[in-house]
Amino acid sequence: MKHIIIGAGPAGVIAAETLRRTDPAAEITIIGSEPEAPYSRMALPYLLAEDIAEEGTHLRHGTDHFDDLNIKVLQDRVTAVKPANKTVELASGASEQYDRLLIATGSHTTRPPIPGMDLPGIVNCWTLADGRAIADKAAAGSRVVLMGAGFIGCIVLEALAARKVQLTVVEMADRMLPRMMDETGGDMIKRWCENQGVKVLTSTKVTGIKEKDGAMTLSLGDGSAIEADLVVCATGVQPNIDFLAGSGVATDMGILVDHNLQTSVAGIYAAGDVAQGPDFSTGKQEIHAIQPTASEHGRIAALNMAGQPTNFKGSLSMNVLNTLELISSSFGLWMGVPGGERAEAVDKDGFKYLRLEFDGDVVVGALALGLTQHVGVIRGLVQTKVKLGDWKDKLLQDPHLVMDAYLERTQGIASPASRPF
Amino acid sequence: MGWQRQILRVNLTEGTSTVEPLNMDWANDYLGERGLATKYLWEMMDPKADAMSPENVLIFATGPLTGTMASTSGRYAVVTKGPLTNAIACSNSGGKFGAELKYAGYDLLILEGRSDKPVYLHIVDDEVQILPADDIWGTTVWHTEEYLKAHHQNPLLKVASIGVSGEKGVLFACVVNDLHRAAGRSGVGAVMGSKNLKAIAVHGTKGVAVKDPKAFMKAVNHTKKLLEDNEGRQDLTENGTNSMIDMMQEFGGLPTRNFNEVQFEGTENINPAAMKKVHANGHRNLLTNKACFGCTIACGRIAHIDKDHFSIVNRPQYRHASGGLEYETAYAFGPVVGVDDIDALTFAGYMMNEHGMDPISFGATLAAAMELYEMGVLTEKDTDGVPLNFGNAEALTIMAEKTGKFEGFGQQLGLGSKRLCEKYGHPELSMSVKGQEFAGYDSRALQGMGLGYATSNRGACHLKHDTFAEDMEDQTGAGKAVACKSSQDRVSAVDSTGLCLFTTAAWGLEEFAMQIDGACEGEWTEARLLEIGERVWNLERRFNLAAGLTAADDTLPKRLLEVPAPSGTAKGKVNQLDIMLPQYYQERGWTPDGVPTNETLSRLRL
Amino acid sequence: MQKSLLIDPAKCTSCLQCEMACSFEHEGVFNPAKSRIKIFEFEHGARAIPYTCTQCAEAWCMHACPVEAITKNATTGAMEVNEAVCVGCKVCTIACPFGTINYNKDTGKVIKCDLCGGDPQCAEACPTDAITYVDSSWTGYERMQEWAVKTQTHQA
Repeated sequence: MKHIIIGAGPAGVIAAETLRRTDPAAEITIIGSEPEAPYSRMALPYLLAEDIAEEGTHLRHGTDHFDDLNIKVLQDRVTAVKPANKTVELASGASEQYDRLLIATGSHTTRPPIPGMDLPGIVNCWTLADGRAIADKAAAGSRVVLMGAGFIGCIVLEALAARKVQLTVVEMADRMLPRMMDETGGDMIKRWCENQGVKVLTSTKVTGIKEKDGAMTLSLGDGSAIEADLVVCATGVQPNIDFLAGSGVATDMGILVDHNLQTSVAGIYAAGDVAQGPDFSTGKQEIHAIQPTASEHGRIAALNMAGQPTNFKGSLSMNVLNTLELISSSFGLWMGVPGGERAEAVDKDGFKYLRLEFDGDVVVGALALGLTQHVGVIRGLVQTKVKLGDWKDKLLQDPHLVMDAYLERTQGIASPASRPF
Repeated sequence: MGWQRQILRVNLTEGTSTVEPLNMDWANDYLGERGLATKYLWEMMDPKADAMSPENVLIFATGPLTGTMASTSGRYAVVTKGPLTNAIACSNSGGKFGAELKYAGYDLLILEGRSDKPVYLHIVDDEVQILPADDIWGTTVWHTEEYLKAHHQNPLLKVASIGVSGEKGVLFACVVNDLHRAAGRSGVGAVMGSKNLKAIAVHGTKGVAVKDPKAFMKAVNHTKKLLEDNEGRQDLTENGTNSMIDMMQEFGGLPTRNFNEVQFEGTENINPAAMKKVHANGHRNLLTNKACFGCTIACGRIAHIDKDHFSIVNRPQYRHASGGLEYETAYAFGPVVGVDDIDALTFAGYMMNEHGMDPISFGATLAAAMELYEMGVLTEKDTDGVPLNFGNAEALTIMAEKTGKFEGFGQQLGLGSKRLCEKYGHPELSMSVKGQEFAGYDSRALQGMGLGYATSNRGACHLKHDTFAEDMEDQTGAGKAVACKSSQDRVSAVDSTGLCLFTTAAWGLEEFAMQIDGACEGEWTEARLLEIGERVWNLERRFNLAAGLTAADDTLPKRLLEVPAPSGTAKGKVNQLDIMLPQYYQERGWTPDGVPTNETLSRLRL
Repeated sequence: MQKSLLIDPAKCTSCLQCEMACSFEHEGVFNPAKSRIKIFEFEHGARAIPYTCTQCAEAWCMHACPVEAITKNATTGAMEVNEAVCVGCKVCTIACPFGTINYNKDTGKVIKCDLCGGDPQCAEACPTDAITYVDSSWTGYERMQEWAVKTQTHQA
């Protein structure tokens, strides 16, 4: 059996390793387009902040990891997939035959259609190469504008602040993290950033960028302008699916996959940021461009590719973010469900926030700011649909009892009267 | 090492907080907790100041071993001038608050002045906030703890607070931490209330380091093993402190019906066996035992009240577990008021915890009021229509709650027995020393206990000396002065470590010394600790003398000195304080008027 | 024979000796805030539950780590955090459905139970045998493991 995996990110690498464990005799090839050892984008901000060296971003350590597992890693770019003859065509001109194919090509950054977005002083923060470019240009004291305050923008924000640049964040939406945080949380994060000397402009569009003598001027929607030595663009990403044109693999925003992570074409699977697969909470097909989903997708796709039918219950949308040491997280249907109830604790001055959303007596989503201990149990509660019974009322009073509720409802407690005396 | 070497000073008048280094000269001479706080208090305030005035200083003090792995390392002391006694007050508590304060980075928290509005302190490591307490003022201790944890979205906060009794100046109001541990005696909660300070909520993440980890852990493991193997410790674990009730009953040292008797017919309804008894409806009073921070004894009791009991039958909010009977609560809600209804006693205990009051002073004050009632001095007109006869369980539960909420006759009980009995013209009925009520040991049966009560610097107290073995062996005043003095010094040292007095079931000062030596810079020996203990005792005495107390205050009520014990092993005996006290003064190196001589002071470098 | 921590909440008095022992072993100071095992109290202390990582077979934390900072110790079976590799992204803290891997703001890394390399100090310090370290085959943390199965995001 010959497995081809397109993409050397976490989904691809975990799939390859899982395949090797499940099918020791299989031929496994990973095709990655970047001229790097497989690395994690999650780690890029820490590289930028100079917390780690480049090796620290690598998905796997030790020079011989893939050789040892007899996994071939090919640097090339897939230009087309031909299901009819089970081949992929490569930019180098070569082609590869497969029995099973996994597409884990991830996503690429997009830039808004604004005049001047192609200036050389504008960089993304997506690849190791981008990271190097930013590290090169974002010197202490330099004027940096970060376009986009979504999840990726906020991760970069932390790293840029660590480089002690003069930072301005421009976000089109009415708050920071519009897709991960509600207004309360987004506003708290904004105020937190401002308190730390970061200028944050929400509900603000960049209408154009011009360059003169190495310095850029960004025109804003309200007619004002800001100056920048460097612009980091983090306005969005899109799945890498263009090469599938004509392949017959069905796509929407990403590649549509079923509960076995198989695409519309038998024998072709997709995983990670490029896959639009079952969502645990809604049952609909969604893209969850997050590490845990990439990891689960990679593992489960591989099991199915290796002939072990494995049903995926769906990925849970969740995120955790550190914004200048203010830690936020989101889980599942944090925006709530019709007819559901909400438990909320807000301490604006203390920068603490916890919002739990219930469907009946089950937690279906949550937002948290300033919560770092035992935060994973929220996933536990959502994922196992634990019925909270009378604990729900207690949580409506004080959502921070979530760990207690979890322990009582899941671990059970021996009667105290069972003490030896 | 051991110490955090940092104190937090909060001026409530100014609304400011400052962090300053711990005075290490003082730490070396007074160790920590009780001793060190006494030194700071002595240096900071005029002992003559009114206890309820802004001039009084309120100190929360941990010891060098607080928050370490030494067994029972959860102790802290509240030191101030007590309003019940007008003497120095030192109330010691366990639970988890003390260790948390230390983990936040502070050996001592010193509170000065008076806030003009109700406030509470919120401390998370270096971050100290004085915040308005409008939302919790007027509420209970239990509500305050729950509210602050929810409000600050931090279940890890540890809270020490006062109830309405403390806000209103009930003279035996206490500071309650962790729902049912308390710095119980002498009215330290009233002092906190007088400062308009409702609560201290603290979370600490800094940890405590020790000088020589290897030596320290060796000492800790050795001493923990001594505790593990000790029979007294085993009894404390299994039965709690209430195992004392059967012993005192048999001995005839159990103060009953305001010390008119020394044995109580109802002990078997409130003793440890009764707590464990499974009733026909399946109810059992005792649920489990519980430890304070770091404690390998776990003498604390967690109990609940029979849901059909009159005290809670219509009050479902009390159908939950909470702190259960210990010896002093069993005594103070039981024999001394003549009640043997275990659920009523347990409910009264809930009231003490929920509203923040000292059960000993409350019970003994109620006992005095009951005697006044039976004499006809008090009538139902005075007592809100509640018949205050001895043995009335309902009266106990009603008055416990009224006092806690400062309602009706509860306001009179809140004066404590001395002022209450004076008010109604019978000062002789107050069973107290320096205004503070007795614990559950009758001084006619336990002679040395009587001397300890008379000379304790915080008024009647069973925890500032330990002559128990001598008292059980011999029921005369002979030899008690020496035993009392030396044990007072020992206990003063133990109270300055951050560990619990109950470890002395298995440990001598040597065991404390080896642990402190592993934790703290310098060389720590039994002799050094004993000297510190004596120094602390004498400094407390100086404080009291400067506050205006004299040798005349070192006495016992006439009932114990003149009315013989009616039954038990001490039948026919009175307390021989007249013999013991002069010997004690001499033993202490004090003048016949009870004043430390210059030689004594200079020997102790005071 | 692989061993694991066996926890009997009925025996726990909530003394926190385990939390101190854990922090002392890993941080060199007594500091329950940094303990990998935590005691949770219920009903005014009537019940207490010691709670830590079961080293579950799913190893959510390990799989979620983007930089392979969490690996399995072949001898003890513990999932261990390699602090030098951990970048502090905290993805494991939301991925672990048991909430037993936590961010330590002082180091900027995550911490979790590592069974002290096979000599768990919490069990050593527990005065009531509420925490013991015994053969996995006859303890198994049954409750938690059953629950771990429920948490799986897939079924075969």
